[in-house]
Amino acid sequence: MTTTPIPTLYHPRAEHDGCGVACLARLDGRPTRETVERAIAALVNLEHRGAEGADASTGDGAGILMQLPDDFLRAVAAREGHELPAQGAYGVAMCFLPRDEARRTEVEAVVERTVEAEGLQVIGWRDVPIDETCAGERALAAAPSIRQLFVGALALAEDSDALERRLYVTRRLVEIEAGSDVAIPSFSSRTIVYKGMLSAPQLSGFYTDLADSRLASALAIVHSRFSTNTSPSWELAHPFHMSAHNGEFNTLLGNESWMRAREARLEAGPLGSDVQRVLPAIPEGSSDSAAFDSVLELLVMGGRSLPHAAMLMTPEAEGRPDLPRELHDFYDYGSMLMEPWDGPASLTLTDGRILVATLDRNGLRPGRWVITDDGWFALASEAGAFHVPAARVARAGRLLPGRLLVVEPGSGRVLTEREAELEVAGSRPYGAWFSEHSLNLHDLPEGRPAPAEPVPLRDRQLAFGWSQEDLRVLLAPMAVDGREPTGSMGNDAAPAVLSDRQPPLFSYFKQLFAQVTNPAIDPMREQVVMSLSTRLGPEGDLMEETPEQARRLVLDQPVLRDSELARLRAVEGGPLVSHTLDTTWPVSDGPAGLAAALERLCTEADSALAGGAGILILSDRGVGTDRVPVPSLLALSCVHHHLVRTGARTEASLVVESGEPREVHHVAVLIGYGAGAVNPYLMLESAGHLEGRAEPEGAIADGEGRVIAALGKGLLKVISKMGICTVRSYCGAQVFEAVGLAPDLVDRHFTGTRSSIGGIGLDELASEALERHGRAWPHAHGTSLPAHVEQGLLAAAHAQLLPQGGVYAWRRDGERHMWDPETVAGLQAVARGGGAEAYAQFSRRVDEENASHGLLRGLMRLRTADEPIPLDEVEPAAEIVKRFVTGGMSLGSLSPESHETLAVAMNRLGGRSNTGEGGEDRRRLEPDPNGDLRRSAIKQVASGRFGVTIDYLVNADQLQIKISQGSKPGEGGQLPGHKITDEIARLRHSMPGVELISPPPHHDIYSIEDLKQLIYDLRSANPRASVSVKLAAEMGVGTVAAGVSKANADHIVIAGHDGGTGASPLSSIQSAGVPWEIGLAETQHTLVRNDLRARVALQADGQMRTGRDVVIAALLGADEVGFGTAPLIATGCVMMRVCHLNTCPVGIATQDPELRRRFAGRPEHVVNYLVEVAEETRRIMATLGLRRFEDMVGHSELLETDPAIDHWKARGVDLTALLAPTEGPRTARRQAEPQVPVLDDSLDHLALIPGASRSIDRGEKVRLKLAVENVHRAVGGMLSGEIVRRHGPEGLPEGTVEVALRGSAGQSLGAWLAPGVTLTVHGAVNDYVGKGLSGGIVAVRPPDDARFSAGENVIAGNVALYGATSGRVFLAGLAGERFAVRNSGAVAVVEGVGDHGCEYMTGGRVAVLGATGINFGAGMSGGIAWVLDRDGELEGRCNTELVDLEPVGEEESVELHDLVAEHLARTGSVLASELLADWDAWCPRFTQVMPRGYRRALHSATEPHAAEATA
Amino acid sequence: MPNPRGFLEVRRAPAPERDPRERVHDSREIFGTLPEPELRGQAGRCMDCGVPFCNNGCPLGNLIPDWNDLVRRGKWREASDQLHATNNFPEFTGLICPAPCESACVLDIADDPVMIKQIEYAIVDRAFEEGWIVPRPPERRTGRSIAVVGSGPAGMAAAAELNQVGHSVTVYERDEAPGGLMRFGVPDAKLEKWMIDRRIALLEAEGIEFACGVDVGADIGAEEIAERHDAFVVAVGSRVERPLEVPGADLDGVHYAMDYLYQRNRAVAREEGREAPDPERVISAAGKRVVVIGGGDTGMDCLSSANRERAESVLMLDVYATVPEGGRYANAPWPLAPRRTETTYALDEGGERRFGTQVTGLEGEDGRLARVHGRQVEGTSSRDLRPVPGSEFVEKAELCLVAIGFSHPAHDGLISQLGLDLDARGNVRAKAFATSREGVYAAGDARIGQSLIVNAIADGRRAARIIDRKLREGAAAPASAAA
Repeated sequence: MTTTPIPTLYHPRAEHDGCGVACLARLDGRPTRETVERAIAALVNLEHRGAEGADASTGDGAGILMQLPDDFLRAVAAREGHELPAQGAYGVAMCFLPRDEARRTEVEAVVERTVEAEGLQVIGWRDVPIDETCAGERALAAAPSIRQLFVGALALAEDSDALERRLYVTRRLVEIEAGSDVAIPSFSSRTIVYKGMLSAPQLSGFYTDLADSRLASALAIVHSRFSTNTSPSWELAHPFHMSAHNGEFNTLLGNESWMRAREARLEAGPLGSDVQRVLPAIPEGSSDSAAFDSVLELLVMGGRSLPHAAMLMTPEAEGRPDLPRELHDFYDYGSMLMEPWDGPASLTLTDGRILVATLDRNGLRPGRWVITDDGWFALASEAGAFHVPAARVARAGRLLPGRLLVVEPGSGRVLTEREAELEVAGSRPYGAWFSEHSLNLHDLPEGRPAPAEPVPLRDRQLAFGWSQEDLRVLLAPMAVDGREPTGSMGNDAAPAVLSDRQPPLFSYFKQLFAQVTNPAIDPMREQVVMSLSTRLGPEGDLMEETPEQARRLVLDQPVLRDSELARLRAVEGGPLVSHTLDTTWPVSDGPAGLAAALERLCTEADSALAGGAGILILSDRGVGTDRVPVPSLLALSCVHHHLVRTGARTEASLVVESGEPREVHHVAVLIGYGAGAVNPYLMLESAGHLEGRAEPEGAIADGEGRVIAALGKGLLKVISKMGICTVRSYCGAQVFEAVGLAPDLVDRHFTGTRSSIGGIGLDELASEALERHGRAWPHAHGTSLPAHVEQGLLAAAHAQLLPQGGVYAWRRDGERHMWDPETVAGLQAVARGGGAEAYAQFSRRVDEENASHGLLRGLMRLRTADEPIPLDEVEPAAEIVKRFVTGGMSLGSLSPESHETLAVAMNRLGGRSNTGEGGEDRRRLEPDPNGDLRRSAIKQVASGRFGVTIDYLVNADQLQIKISQGSKPGEGGQLPGHKITDEIARLRHSMPGVELISPPPHHDIYSIEDLKQLIYDLRSANPRASVSVKLAAEMGVGTVAAGVSKANADHIVIAGHDGGTGASPLSSIQSAGVPWEIGLAETQHTLVRNDLRARVALQADGQMRTGRDVVIAALLGADEVGFGTAPLIATGCVMMRVCHLNTCPVGIATQDPELRRRFAGRPEHVVNYLVEVAEETRRIMATLGLRRFEDMVGHSELLETDPAIDHWKARGVDLTALLAPTEGPRTARRQAEPQVPVLDDSLDHLALIPGASRSIDRGEKVRLKLAVENVHRAVGGMLSGEIVRRHGPEGLPEGTVEVALRGSAGQSLGAWLAPGVTLTVHGAVNDYVGKGLSGGIVAVRPPDDARFSAGENVIAGNVALYGATSGRVFLAGLAGERFAVRNSGAVAVVEGVGDHGCEYMTGGRVAVLGATGINFGAGMSGGIAWVLDRDGELEGRCNTELVDLEPVGEEESVELHDLVAEHLARTGSVLASELLADWDAWCPRFTQVMPRGYRRALHSATEPHAAEATA
Repeated sequence: MPNPRGFLEVRRAPAPERDPRERVHDSREIFGTLPEPELRGQAGRCMDCGVPFCNNGCPLGNLIPDWNDLVRRGKWREASDQLHATNNFPEFTGLICPAPCESACVLDIADDPVMIKQIEYAIVDRAFEEGWIVPRPPERRTGRSIAVVGSGPAGMAAAAELNQVGHSVTVYERDEAPGGLMRFGVPDAKLEKWMIDRRIALLEAEGIEFACGVDVGADIGAEEIAERHDAFVVAVGSRVERPLEVPGADLDGVHYAMDYLYQRNRAVAREEGREAPDPERVISAAGKRVVVIGGGDTGMDCLSSANRERAESVLMLDVYATVPEGGRYANAPWPLAPRRTETTYALDEGGERRFGTQVTGLEGEDGRLARVHGRQVEGTSSRDLRPVPGSEFVEKAELCLVAIGFSHPAHDGLISQLGLDLDARGNVRAKAFATSREGVYAAGDARIGQSLIVNAIADGRRAARIIDRKLREGAAAPASAAA
C-alpha cells in the first residue's frame, strides 16, 4: 500500500504496542502437540489484552514461536515432493512474500540465489495453507503470500550453531536485497514462527498447520498485540525471530543511533566478516520490538548466550540494594559496551533450546508463572491464562523486576534465583576488568586552573542571551536550595518561533513524555531504579569482550565543574585524550559565518579523531568582542550526526563546554542530542555572582555544587517523564520534538527529530546569535546587520542591565504573553457585565495579539463563505455553550468557593465542570434553594485517586481519566500539608496537614491494554457515564488517541502545552508538550485515517479565549472546547502564579480562610463571558455559512495560512500538514456513533447482579457460588455501582452479599467494591485486585485441593488496592509489586509483597506476614504497615524518607492480632494459624512502618479532644 | 523569592508627613521617608505577581516588583540600578507622580496597594546619599547634535537618553532655570527645587548643555536652531490654559493658577537666595478670601500656596462628584488609574473642597472680584453635568484662581515658525514622535496634551529611542566611531 503524498501530522513511526504474552515449556524437553494447543488456548484467554480495529474482525496481531516441528514438516514436505535431511541439518524460512505474481517470482529468485550463494541447498517451497475466512477484511486486504522454503545444509560437518548463523546471514542478505515488501518471520533450523494481522482466536484457524496433530514442540511463545492504530501490518505481529515483547522501548531512537554508530567497528566473534554483510543491525522501519529482536539476535549470533545478551540489553537497576556483587560487576562492565534498552517491558525469548523471560528494571509489566507437578512450565501476562488445575500446581510465582527467569526444557531446570545471571557474570572476570581499566575523575591528573576570564561576566551573559530572570528566578533558587524552582498557571508565552526576544535554540525543542502506552517514573520515590551515571571515551567492538573495553571514564553524573573539565583536558595519550573544538565564529563573517563554522567543526572533528582523540570538547569559551558563539546545541548535534553518518561516532565522546545552558531543560536537550557530559561554565560561574538575587545571603557557599545537584535532580525528572531510567540511554535518544525549526535544518543537524510546522533555519539562528552578541558588544557590529538586529542593538545601548526576560512572570518589556494586564483586565470587564462592547474590545485585542506574536492559530485565516448566512439561522448560543467545559482543577488547588462558582456557572449554562482530582463533597449533589447545582458533571480520575470512591463514580455524567496534564505531562503532583484543610482531608480520605503525593503514572496504566482495563473498570462502576481520557499534545498523541479509541473510550481531550497548573517545576511548564493545534490536528488525522473518529468525541483545551479560538478548534476537529484559565480570570484570577504557595490574593487558589474571604467571583461572571464567546462563535459561523456547530467539526479546509502575517521569523512556518484535509476510509470527521458495548458479557451483568437482586432491591442476604476465569474482569464493580446508586455511599450492611468464586479471577477483581459485598476467591487473582476498594471485602485463598504452600506462592498480581479508600482485603499468599499503592483507608493482610510496597499510602493498615521487596514505604505519608521481618532485611529494603521503623505499638498490636485472626478466618491461612498459635512470640518480630507526618497528625488530632475533655 | 505572605503580615503604612499645622508655615518638603526596617517591611508586601499590573500601570514600565524585592532584602544599590533602568528621574516621580502603579497594584483589589511611590523615592534618596549616582558621560560621541526645546520632564528625559548614546544635546529653556512646571508649577512643599538643580548638574556633567533664558521662536528664530542641529525636539509642554468661560472671568482678582504658582515658586526661590525675576504684577493671597476653581493637582497646589500666604480662607470648587466609598469611580475599575488625582495633602493644611459644584459667574465691585456664583451639579464627567435645581450659592472672594487645565501648546512662535502640523486638539501632530517636518520631533505635553510627569518622562525616553534610530539610519557609516 502506498501512502498519500499529502503531508499530514499522521506518523506511522509513532505507533505503540501493548499486548498479552505467554510462553510454555515441557520440562522434559519432549516435543508434544499439547504444548502448541495449550499455548494457543492461553493466547485466546489473553484476547482481551489485544485489540481490534474499526473493522471488528481484524486483529492487531497474533502469533506463535515454537520449535521446528520436524515430524510435521517432514510429512508436509514429502507431500510436496521434498525430502528433508536429518533433523538439525535443514532450516525452514517462513516467508511473507508479495502477492503480485511477477514480483513474487522475482523475490523467490533472490531468496534461492542467496541461499545457494551462502553455501546452502534449496530443497523446495511450500505454500502455507490458510483459511481466509479466519481473518478480518482489512487484514486480508494487506495479507502477503505466505510460503515456506526448506533449506538444507551442504556441509554436513557444520555444527548446529554454525548452521543457525548461516541461515541468519542468508536471511539478512535477502531482507537487505529484496526490500520492504518481503518479510521473513523465521529462518532457522530450530524455530518457526506463525503470525499475522490476526486476533488471538483467529490464529489457529487461519493457519491450518496449527491444527495439525503432528505439529509438536517442547516450548512455545505466543503473543497477542494491541496496536495504537490499525494500519495494516503482518510483519509487525509478534513473536519476532527470537522474542515476543509486551512493552515499549522509550530509548529506541538513541539505541538505534548508537547501534548504527557502532556498526563500523563490528568484526570479532563467530560471525567474523559476515557481520558487516548483515548490517544495518536494525533494519529500517523496525518497530521498537523488532529493533530489540534484531540486536538481540545479532548478539546471540555473535556468540553470546541468550541470557547474556538479554542482560547486556536490559540490565537490572544498579542501584538495587539487593544486587549481588558479581552482577554489579557484570553490569558495570556491560555499561562500557552498550546503553540500556529502557522502558517498560515483559520479554520472552527463545533460541529454540531454552526459554528466557525478563522484566524491565522497574517491574512495570506483569508476568505470572506456574510449574506443575506433571512437568509443565507456563508463564503469562495474567494468572489463569493457562488452565491448570490447582491440584497440579507445584509452584506459582511471578517475574521480578530486572531479573531473568530461565527454563531449560532438556534438563528440566527452572532458574528463578539469579542462577542464570550469576553464571553469565562468572564466565569472565568482569569485576577485575572493570576495576583495573575503568577510570573516574579522581584518577585523572589535576588540570591546570583556567586563566582568569578576561571578558566581564555581564558581557558574556549578554552574549549568550541570559536575562535577569534566568538569574533571579532559575539560578538563584537552584544555588540556594539545590533544586529547580516551582511555578504555576502554565505557559502562556509566545512560542520561540514567534518570539522577538531571541530565545535560545533549546526553546524550540519540547520534551516528549510517556502517556498511556508506557508509564512515567517517579524519580524521587523510585530513585533506586534511576541513574545519572555516564561514560566517556571510545567504545570497542560490541562483538567481543576484552578487558580494554572497560578503558572508559565513569562519571557519576553528566555535569562537569570547570576543574573536572580541566582534568579531562590534562589527560595525555591513551584513548581518553581530548581535543577541543572552538564553537565560535568571527563577527566579521556575519550571519553566513554560522554555516561555515559548522562545516569547520565537522572537518576538525574528523581530523581530531584521526589524530586519536577519544573525547571531543565543543567549547565556546572563545566568545568575545570578535567572536560569536554557535548555539551550543547546534554545534553538538551537528557534530554528533556528522559522526553518526561517517560511522565514527563511537570513537569519541562529545563534551559540551558552553556558556549558553542555564536550566535543566538546556542540559537535558544537550544530553538528548548526544553529549556525554556538559560543563555549563557560565551557569556555574554565575552561581557565585548572584549579587543580591539569592537569599538567604550567606547560604550560597558551594552554590556550584547545589546547582549541579539541582541539574541532576531535574534531569532525572525530565528523563523519567519519558519513562527512561538512565541518563546513559537518554543520551542521544532525541526524545524531543521541534516546534518552529525548518525541515532542512532538522534533517541535517537533528536527524530523526519531528518538526511539524517548519520554521526558522540557520540564517535566523545566526541573526539571533549576532543580536545577542551585539547586546554585549554593540560597537563590534557594523551597519551591515539586518534591520531587526540593528533595532535590538539600539535597545542594548540604552540598557545597563541584562534584559528582563519576562518568561516566567510578565514584564512590559519582556517576552509576550497571552495573558497580560490588558487581556486580564479586558476579560474581567466582560465578566462583570461589560457586555458586547467590552467583549468586542477584549476579543479584538486577543486575536490581534495571537496574530502578531502569540499562537499558531493566530497565523491562520478563516475561509469565509461568499454569502454569509443570516445570524438568526445559526444555532443559538444556548446550544453552543453545551459544548463548553471547564478544566479539571481540583478542590485543593482551588478554594471551595471558587470551585463551586465554576460548577454553578457551568450547570446554569448546560455545559460541564470538572471536579479535578480530589473528590467531591456529597452536599454538592443537592440543589441550592435557587435551583443552582454545585455538582460537577465530570468526575476526574487522576493518578492519586483521591476521593475516587464508588459513590463519586456513580454520581458522574462523565468519568475522565487524566493521563496527562498539558502543563506538566508525565509528572506527579504534590499537595503540601498546609493546603490540606479538614474539609480537603475528609474528601481525600487523608489526614489534615499531611502532604499528599500524586504519582507520575497511573499505577494501573502502564500500557494501552491497562488503559483498556481501567476504562472497563470505570464503565463497570458506572455504566451510565461516558468515559473520557485526557491526553496532552505531543508528537504521537494521535496514535495514542487511536489506541484510546480502540480501548473503548467515548471521549478524548487533547490538552495543549499552555494549560494551567497548580504547581510544576518551571522547566516543565516551559519545555514539555506542544500547542493543541498540532496535537488536535494530528489526532484528527490519525483517527479519521484509521476509521476510529466517529466513535469518540474530541475536546481541545489550552488557553481558549475567544469565539475565534472555538471555531478554529472545531475546524481542526474538536467536538467540544475546554476553558481553564479564562473562567478563573472571569472570577477574579489575576495570574499571580502563586497557586503553589497558598497565598492567592483573590481567594481562588488558596485554602487560607482569610484569603478565601477575598474571593469575589460569581457564577454570572463566567456565564457572561462564555455566552459572549458563544455569540462570537455564532457570528463567525454565519460568515462561514454554517448553521450548526457539528458542521464545523473537522473541516480544516475552511482554514488557511494567513498571508498577511509577515513576522520575520514566522515566514518559515508551514501549516500545510496541520491544515491538511482529513482523509480516511470513511468520511466521519466528528463523533457520530456510540462506542462498542463491552459490559454485556461481564460476570456482574450475567450473574452477580441478577443473583443479588434481592439484596439490591430489599437488602436481603444472598450467597452466590460461581466459577471465575481470567477473562472475567472487574468482578463486583458493576454490582457495587448498583448498590451505591440505590443505597448511597454506606451501601449495605457487611455480609449482605457473599460471593464465593472458584478459579483465577481476571484483573481488577473487587474494583470499587461497595460496603456489604464480600468476594472470596478460591484460586488466584491478577493485577489491581481491590482497586479503589470502597468498603467491600475481598479474600483470596488457595483452592482447598491445592498442594503448594500458600505462603511461598504468588496469589495476587501487581498493584493491589490502588486508590482504595475503605474495606478489607485478605490474601493468603504473595502479591506482586506496589502492593497497596496510594491506599488511603483500606485494611489488608498479605503474606509477602514485591518491590515498592505501600507506595504513596496515605491511610489504612497493611499487615505483611512475610518479606517485602525493595523500596517499601516510598512516599508513604499516612497509614501504618506492619511487616513480619523474619530475616531482618526490612531496614535495607525500606525507603525511610518519610517513615520510621519501630516496634509495634501497644494499641496497634491488638489491631494487628485481630487482623491476623480475621485473615485466618477468611482465608484459612496456615501461616496465620501458626502465628496466632504463638502470638506473643511472633508479635515482637513485626516491625511497624510509621510515617512521621502521620504520627504528628495523629497526635495533633487527639490533643484537642483531650483538651476538650478536661475543659 | 519574596515572602509570599508578606502582604498578610504587614499592613500598608501611611507615608510619614510633617504636621500640617507646622508645615503650613514654611515651604519645605512635607513628606518624609519611613525608617529602613519599616520600608523593607512595606516592600515585602509586594506579591511579585505573575502579571505585575503595576509594571503596566506605570507609563515608564518601572520594574516595580524587582526593586521592591531588592529593597525588602536591603539591596539598595541593586534596587537603584533597576530603578534607573527605566526612569531617569525617580526623585521627581517618587515625589510628585500620582502613582498609577499603585492604582494598578493587585493588592488594591481587596486590600491597600503597596506603597510603591514611597519606596521609589526611598531608593533614589538612598542612592544619592550613598553617592551611587554619579555622572556617566557616554564613552564615545556620535558627532550628531540635537536641540531640545523645553526643559520640563519630557525635554530632560529626551536629552538625557540622547546624550547617553553619544549625541551632543543642547537644551533651550525660555525661563531662567530648567525644569519647566516641576520648577515653576509645583510648590516646594512637594518638590524642593535643589533636587532639580542636583539632577541638572548631573546632566551637565554628562555633557548636556542647558541654554536658559532663551525663548526659541522669540529670542532666536526656530529655524536658526533647526539649522544648527541634526535634530530638533519640541518639548515645550502644553501651556495655553483652558479659558474659564463664565461672566466676569476678566475681573481684576481672577487669575490663572499657573501665573500664581510661578510667582509663588519664584518668591520661594528668592527667599532661598536663588535668582528669580520679579513679577510685573503681584498676585497675592495673603489675607484674602480665595476661591480655587478646579480640584486637580494644580488646584491643590494653589490651595496649599494660598494657605502658606496666610489667606483668610480658601475654598475649592470641584465639579466632580464625591469620591465613592472604596475610592474608585465606576468608570475606572481596577486596574485602571482614576481619571483624576485625589491629592488631599493640601486640605489637611486648611481650606475647604466642595464637590459637585460649578461656577456660573463671577461678580465684581469696581472691576474687582467680589463674589463667586455657583451651583451644585450632578454627573460623572464635565461633559454631562446636570444642575441641581435650587442649589445656587454665592461666596465672597477677593482672589479667584482658575485651575481647570490646559488646552495645547502655544502656537505662536516656535510651532508656527517651523510650520508644524497640529492635531485636532491643537497639539503638535507627531504620532511616532516625528512631526510633519523632517528632523523635527515632539515629545511630552506638546505632543500628547497635558498629562502626568511620568508620562512626560516616558514620552521623552521613547522619543529619544526613535530619534536615535533615525539618526543612525541616516548615518552613512558608524558616526565618528573613532571618537
